[in-house]
Amino acid sequence: MKLVKNAVNRLVPNEVNGEKQIPFQGVGKYKPIGNKAKPPIRSCADYPADGNKIIKSLKEALKKAGLKDGMTISTHHHLRNGDVLTNFLFDTIKEMGIKNIRWFPSASFPCHQHLIQYLEDGTIHHIEGSMNGPLGRFTTEGKMKGIGILRSHGGRYQSIQDGDVHIDIAVIAAPTADSFGNATGDRGKSACGLLGFALGDSEYADKVIVVTDNLVPFPCYPWQIQGNNVDYVVEIDSLGDPSKIVSGTTEVTKSPDRLLIAEYVAQFFEDAGIMKDGFSFQAGAGGTNLAFAVYLKEKMKAKGIKARFIRGGSTKYLVEMLEEGLTDYILDGQTFDLEGVRSMRENPGHVNTSPFTSYNYHGKGNFASIIDAVVLGATEVDINFNANVVTHSDGYLLHGIGGWQNCLFSKCTILAIPSFRDRIPVIVDEVTTLCGPGELIDVIITERGIAINPKRKDLIKAMKNSSLPVKKIEEIKAEVDSICGGEPAKPKLNKENVVAVVKWVDGTLLDSVFQIEN
Amino acid sequence: MNSENKKISVGKRGKEVRSDCYIELELKEKGGLKINLNSKVESMYGDSIKTLILGMCDFYNIENAEIFIEDSGALNYTLMARFELAVKKLFPEEKRECLPDFNKVNKYNSSKDKLRRSRLYLPGNEPKFYSNAGLHKPDGIILDLEDSVAPSEKEAAQLLVRNALRRVDFYGAERMVRINQLPKGLDDLRFIVPNNIHVILIPKVESEEDIKLIEEKVLSLKEEYKIKNDIYFMPIIESAKGVVNSFQIASASKFNCALAVGLEDYTADIGTERTKEGTESFYARSAVINAAKAAKIQAIDTVFSDVSDMEGLRNSVLEAKSLGFDGKGCIHPRQIKVINEAFLPSEKEIEKAKKIVIAFEEAEAKGLGVVSLGSKMIDAPVVKRARRVVNLAEENGLIEKDWRNIKSL
Repeated sequence: MKLVKNAVNRLVPNEVNGEKQIPFQGVGKYKPIGNKAKPPIRSCADYPADGNKIIKSLKEALKKAGLKDGMTISTHHHLRNGDVLTNFLFDTIKEMGIKNIRWFPSASFPCHQHLIQYLEDGTIHHIEGSMNGPLGRFTTEGKMKGIGILRSHGGRYQSIQDGDVHIDIAVIAAPTADSFGNATGDRGKSACGLLGFALGDSEYADKVIVVTDNLVPFPCYPWQIQGNNVDYVVEIDSLGDPSKIVSGTTEVTKSPDRLLIAEYVAQFFEDAGIMKDGFSFQAGAGGTNLAFAVYLKEKMKAKGIKARFIRGGSTKYLVEMLEEGLTDYILDGQTFDLEGVRSMRENPGHVNTSPFTSYNYHGKGNFASIIDAVVLGATEVDINFNANVVTHSDGYLLHGIGGWQNCLFSKCTILAIPSFRDRIPVIVDEVTTLCGPGELIDVIITERGIAINPKRKDLIKAMKNSSLPVKKIEEIKAEVDSICGGEPAKPKLNKENVVAVVKWVDGTLLDSVFQIEN
Repeated sequence: MNSENKKISVGKRGKEVRSDCYIELELKEKGGLKINLNSKVESMYGDSIKTLILGMCDFYNIENAEIFIEDSGALNYTLMARFELAVKKLFPEEKRECLPDFNKVNKYNSSKDKLRRSRLYLPGNEPKFYSNAGLHKPDGIILDLEDSVAPSEKEAAQLLVRNALRRVDFYGAERMVRINQLPKGLDDLRFIVPNNIHVILIPKVESEEDIKLIEEKVLSLKEEYKIKNDIYFMPIIESAKGVVNSFQIASASKFNCALAVGLEDYTADIGTERTKEGTESFYARSAVINAAKAAKIQAIDTVFSDVSDMEGLRNSVLEAKSLGFDGKGCIHPRQIKVINEAFLPSEKEIEKAKKIVIAFEEAEAKGLGVVSLGSKMIDAPVVKRARRVVNLAEENGLIEKDWRNIKSL
């Protein structure tokens, strides 16, 4: 493995886990040619004519799917931290004596700490997806056999579609399904909302296994996953812990500092002229993001302004806006609370989307760039507006990319972040890991001031008469450094040993995560 | 140096602790200084923390010791306050202060009649609330040494509050400290008077003697530390006796800038409980307002304790304003905006103030010594108040900055 400098001067390996890589070439620069991946042709002659694809156990289904050493197994994170199925899946794989699996989840959660034993004993070779919390720690300490690959939700779809990742077996958790394999997440005791993350897998994987704890007679309608793409259906007692799959109610943060940031964001929408009839925005479910939507709603009501659509992790707050007529549509990417799930079933204006429609960069456009403004978080931002979402300033990998990279393409990308956490500055001279190039990040909103990217002269002009504390990013950084006691020292990293790589939305390598020296 | 106890522990540890630290200091006969640091920010500030502690050991002539620090992201001024406490617990005779540099942004003044609508209480031994408190724009910040600090933590809080006054930027808020009830409160003064304190809140005042004692001590400390700026007092009336003596208290010192009322202790003192309607405290509140106004100082209302009830807070402020109060205490940053807004002048007040200001400016331009509006003469304090109303209205966007021109059109 050789390290090369990419277009933004970050060191990236020329190959990862034996596969050749392309270094990042700049935003919009890399345009691959050729054709997409091709799933094999199937014949109805090989499937039960009565549509009953039920197999008695997951183990049996894996056997029938031809599970072998070194295969790629995909799972999805719509059960979030309540996911029991993925852990059960790898218990089964271990039991079958299979080794060196490439695990390809759409994201991982702290509940997947259970899998560390399988990373240690060689059942799992490496993870491509996200390495959150304990898995991230494990990876950063150099304990994973292969190199981890971090992709955005859109990048995950791109990698499947372009054939960068060939999925041997996709295991799809389905809160409701029929014996034909039609499946949905909007009902059942483990209801989670949307199954959009599994869409690409169901289309491109060699074998698709749907696992459900709520089997209904054909047809499971409306469906989110089409049974025509499914090989086997397995019924189990429980997919997971419903209280951790979706929260009963999502609550706005109580932290006065985060609420202050949220107020600034809402005010920015108004002062910069983003909030106008027919506008669109994206709001996640993080504490600050949720609160921002609540403040924005008050402003929209006061001025009689209506949005055309809101993209989101849907929550009761967005549902209220939909039901009060403050937006025509919610374009749902994932569903965070029970109100979101209910609305998905009941409201025609609550639309199911997927990483294909919203995020895939190798398509004929996507929704992320159509949106007027998006509010995101970050672990670090540097004075050139480059941002990091995967590692912390101590060098540890702790988060996945999610849809973050994909969202950067909106017309106004706002990072709503505290300027420091405890004693850890968030605004730094250079990010530990680059996840988003500064040219795509327009505004940083902190409790200590708002910095607008000098490239966005239009926004700077629009904000001229605002009462908000607009400052230079260097000014905010200087203040934070003074509070925290000077610039933080850099973590000691082994720059020879890449433990994970960050892919850009087009599949090129944006940056590397290095092993922490201990 | 001699010490009876060889080992001491101070500070806070545990999962819930943020922005603070726990320190064990054990003196040794030999072996030099050994620091064992376990910090959340080790890779970023570990070396800097060790350098800081070694510097303090040097300052206090500690040559042989084992030091264990469990750090939850404490800022330097907190680490310093905690380590100084450890040293002083081992050496009760040690009087030298190891001070962090005085942050130059904290060198601003206040004035006796400054706006005091909202003042935010911060518990004196909880550094995690300090850094961002000023961002919420209270008119004043109170670092509290009294009720929010457990008796065992009083000494720790004195050092922490002292260091916070030197280091933490409160973004222009008036800098206040609530000292302990007398006589203990007198000991607190040495930690705050030299560090650009604007207002000292004096709890449970019952007689003018209390104020005189404070004044005497403050003046002597000001001389000792060569402090030039005025330091104001805000006595808090919290008992029946205090209410009865409120005018004497309000006029006991020329440095009194406001008289406040505290109802939790007052209602207990008169043998009743606080109700939402507040009938039981109507007399006390009105008496405090009258005493303050008779002494030509501000009257400040008690805190509103339900932090989730913003509508209740707003109503309570409007009621306080209508009774004659100039400000209200806050116990949560989210209350500040509501309080500041509710204390804003009404449209009618603004219109009247505009007329007065214009009349004054016209009289001034004509070189007239006397200002009159219609047939009425206007006193200087009335002009001053009108100007303040207009400024407030301007700052809060209630009127345009160039309202004079707009009016003449």
